[in-house]
Amino acid sequence: MIIAERKSLEEIRQELAPYKRVLVAGCATCVAVCWAGGEKEVGILASELRLARDAEGNEIVTSEATVERQCEKEMIEELSEQVAQVDAVLSLACGAGVQTMAERFEDKPVLPAVNTTFIGMPETEGLWVEMCGACGDCLLDRTGGVCPMVRCAKGLLNGPCGGTRKGGKCEIDPDKDCGWVLIYRRLEKQGRLDLMREYYSPKNYRAVKRPGRVQAARA
Amino acid sequence: MATPFRETLKTKKFVVTAEAAPGKGSNVAKTIEHIELLKDKVDALNVTDNQSSVMRYPSVGVCLLIKEHGGEPVLQITCRDRNRLAIQADLLFAYSRGISNVLCLTGDSVDVGDHKEAKQVFDLDSVQLIHLVHTLSSGKDMAGNELDGAVDFCIGTSASPSSDPLEPQLIKVEKKLRAGVDFIQTQAVYDLDELKRFTEFVRKIDQDVKILGGIVPVIGVKMASYMNENVPGIFIPQSLIDELAEAPKGTGVAKGIEMAARLIRQIKEQNVCDGVHIMFIGREDRVPEILEAAGLA
Repeated sequence: MIIAERKSLEEIRQELAPYKRVLVAGCATCVAVCWAGGEKEVGILASELRLARDAEGNEIVTSEATVERQCEKEMIEELSEQVAQVDAVLSLACGAGVQTMAERFEDKPVLPAVNTTFIGMPETEGLWVEMCGACGDCLLDRTGGVCPMVRCAKGLLNGPCGGTRKGGKCEIDPDKDCGWVLIYRRLEKQGRLDLMREYYSPKNYRAVKRPGRVQAARA
Repeated sequence: MATPFRETLKTKKFVVTAEAAPGKGSNVAKTIEHIELLKDKVDALNVTDNQSSVMRYPSVGVCLLIKEHGGEPVLQITCRDRNRLAIQADLLFAYSRGISNVLCLTGDSVDVGDHKEAKQVFDLDSVQLIHLVHTLSSGKDMAGNELDGAVDFCIGTSASPSSDPLEPQLIKVEKKLRAGVDFIQTQAVYDLDELKRFTEFVRKIDQDVKILGGIVPVIGVKMASYMNENVPGIFIPQSLIDELAEAPKGTGVAKGIEMAARLIRQIKEQNVCDGVHIMFIGREDRVPEILEAAGLA
């Protein structure tokens, strides 16, 4: 799923400084699961904003709404009446959600309340880790199901750099595992280390041409 | 004129190279001083490429200075700062200006340097970089286009014999050897047996590649513990730290030089590998003392 982190209250207040009536819009899918932008976070952020603006004598009127997925046009349609009542929309969705909203409600400023960080999974409660770089050219079949593009800090394809720390930790952070040590251990366990001995030629960065576009195969 | 490094590697000579770290700024006076001091005392001067991800005068620039002053340069190229187009262009430029040795490296992460917010590239890795040099040698670029003038580099790379776990590193070394290199220089080593084991491993795959043991003098207990904790791939044994601790105050550098020279002598006398690469960063002016103490002057 898509992981995001809420921006600081200060940054959000700067975004909202010119506006009085604001819709605080959550998304009940990915960002809700990673505690950044679901219904609960919408409620907390809206009251934080009201308190802060009250304290400076510059009242803000907030309305709240959370839709199933802000990245789907059909699902944000239900917000149109609420959007019509406000000066700006503060979206707690990922970048895709913010942009879908901005496109649908193009006469209103739609402002981000979170920083979208990566595609990942929960490792322990409250801790999410990156798993996929959306490179468009998946090689997990050759790397024991561990992605070197994002789980190696340098995205190397042919094995670890010389910077691996004692015990198989990453050069840049002793709390993070060296992705290539993980790949080695997994392949060793499966008796498939020959895969690691193979030479992998440079990555094809054309696999996803930015801006990305995928057309479903017609039946 | 200096002997081409490739010719030196073909002889039975105990090979000695030293690291030349470019300065920060356009003033190259100090760099030239170091080049003049070392160029005739070592077989090649190996020039770092934005070492430790700290922005500096370029490797290719110092290599040209070395050429101008009659020395033999080794151009270090990392994959951190340039994509495949830029690396190929730089290799063509370097070769056309008489630089004929290249050391292919991954490069440190930008996180360890002085421009931590930079976008790091790593379009290629070090194994792919070695393949790329061979491709340019064949008269083609990476896209398969014909070149008007190929290159012919003596190719080197690095290895970390002290890594823990070691096996994934060795697989990478094997891939580098199969890609085709003329020499390997190791990360700093302090344990002779470790270097012996590494050499044996390499020899099983490649009989001809020259192996240069990495020498980084340790000049104090503080530096030793710092390196053990913070410099990946380095392990300084406790016996050496104890020896440093016993050195009288103010004699750390001399002790470090003595210990480095002793290790070099052992490597040479016991024929552990084909030579050494000395990295005495910031103290390039003291390298001649190491050579003298090691009996290499």
